[in-house]
Amino acid sequence: MTSADDAASAGLTKVGGRPPLREYVTEVWRRRSFIYSMARFKIESENQQNSLGMFWVILKPLLNALIYGAVFGILMGTVGRPPHFVEFLIIGIFVFEFFASSWTAGGRAITNNSALVQSLAFPRMVLPLAAVVQQFLKFLPTIAIMVVFLIATGNPISWHWLLIVPLFALYLVFTCGVALITARLSVHWRDLNNFLPFITRFFFYTTGIFFSIEERFGPRPPSAREPQGYAGHPWLVTLTDYQPVHEFLSIARAALLDGPFYETNPTYWLLATAWTVVLFAFGVWFFWRAEERYGRVD
Amino acid sequence: MSTDPSAGPITEPTATPVGADAATPEPASPEAVAGPPAAGRKPVVIVDDVHVEYKVFATGKRPTAADRRSLKLRGRGKQMRSVHALKGVSFTAYENDSIGVIGTNGSGKSTLMRAISGLTPTSAGAIYSHSRPSLLGVGAALLKDLSGERNVILGGLAMGFTIKEIEERYDDVVAFAGLEKFIDLPMRAYSSGMTARLKFAIASMATHEILIVDEALAVGDRTFRQRSEARIREIRDNAGTVFLVSHSMQSIKDTCSRVIWLDQGTLVMDGEPTEVIRAYNKAQDK
Repeated sequence: MTSADDAASAGLTKVGGRPPLREYVTEVWRRRSFIYSMARFKIESENQQNSLGMFWVILKPLLNALIYGAVFGILMGTVGRPPHFVEFLIIGIFVFEFFASSWTAGGRAITNNSALVQSLAFPRMVLPLAAVVQQFLKFLPTIAIMVVFLIATGNPISWHWLLIVPLFALYLVFTCGVALITARLSVHWRDLNNFLPFITRFFFYTTGIFFSIEERFGPRPPSAREPQGYAGHPWLVTLTDYQPVHEFLSIARAALLDGPFYETNPTYWLLATAWTVVLFAFGVWFFWRAEERYGRVD
Repeated sequence: MSTDPSAGPITEPTATPVGADAATPEPASPEAVAGPPAAGRKPVVIVDDVHVEYKVFATGKRPTAADRRSLKLRGRGKQMRSVHALKGVSFTAYENDSIGVIGTNGSGKSTLMRAISGLTPTSAGAIYSHSRPSLLGVGAALLKDLSGERNVILGGLAMGFTIKEIEERYDDVVAFAGLEKFIDLPMRAYSSGMTARLKFAIASMATHEILIVDEALAVGDRTFRQRSEARIREIRDNAGTVFLVSHSMQSIKDTCSRVIWLDQGTLVMDGEPTEVIRAYNKAQDK
């Protein structure tokens, strides 16, 4: 009789195994109040040392919008500028900011909480999820600012504003999926945390936040400035049709803004939902696969 | 190491020289595997010929400017060094065991504890356990930017308690840690002793089947040490298994029913606390 047989007969399992996926997900769900409490406590402590305190939650996206509005609204030309440019820009920056900060924070969730991971036994998935929820709680007041701003600038209030509720719920799940994948990858390869700001910046400049991809690269009829017209790069527009963050931004703008430029595109809803389901399911599976790896110190 | 393993008191069935059982483990006969009489008791942790060897970048000795100029170190950038921390350790821990782990610095005690809790992978051999062990080590606070109160809440939630259950236990935890006055300060303001006290108090909220205490109590003061030793005995009496790594032979004697002596990654002796400690001290004095 070997030790392994002996262990099995005594009901012992090998150390460093992981529970089955279904059981694991149940354990994570049981800890939903951990996810919420951790997110809330972290936001409070983050701003405790600043004299402006919780005001920063609102101030940061406002300053961002101001800077980008000045740079891209005044310095750069009007090519590719859609109607309602200021609203377009504000929605773009606020909505993208949630994704970018969640991506960075979620990616660091395991590596930054090593003391907690090494002391207590709990499903590690709660850490990246808490990081995303933390960013989402910060995102909520910026949605309110966005809506107040839209009303103040005279955009007609309409029933389709309500579409942002299911949209942002979907967006939250999508972002969780991205964060879970990144959290595991950055455990295997720490350098990823250093690359993340650049990756998010790449997305920032290519997603169409301060210019409209359709306006800039889509075909344009002949005009005074372009007598031949502009053929554009239709492939680029088609490519961004399948880019999930661009889809979320477009749907949000279509829900909140009026006019022919901001027609809701039902295919975007479909594609965004597909991205969310695929990425989140894959993210959960992918993160769970390395569960026993996260506390290791080697 | 000057002590020959076979020089250990082998007449007693409670003390087992190592190596004898490592090659051919015969768990059927209790004396061959573990020191204390194990007849009828349930094995909780089986450590089977565990080797841990890990590779680290040898950046510990960063070359100074002078070193870099010298020919000896030129051309040597980052180097992979392999550390053989555990070289074939085997033993079985039973329920109601409280096992003291002793040995000099760098003898592999903490590596063994981390391997048992699954934080360090084994290079060879395997470890089997009944439930996931909790490891309490010295070092960082759980969430250093949050107050002690929030660490208690989050620690409890992470271990699977509901808010209500934590509320019921909250006062006990704070009283046990003796931190009533400081509980609303962020943990980064705590001393290392206070951090260790709170971590131990949080971890002992749950009833652990297997608890590993790796020198975590050494930084605590005498009152806290007595309190935590009492808690360890309580866990042991509730059919739990406790591993205690310590350099304080007194607290090992006070809390442990069995002692394992590690030296340079091998198990030198496993048996009655008084005997193993006597042999260990003798070897130290040489």
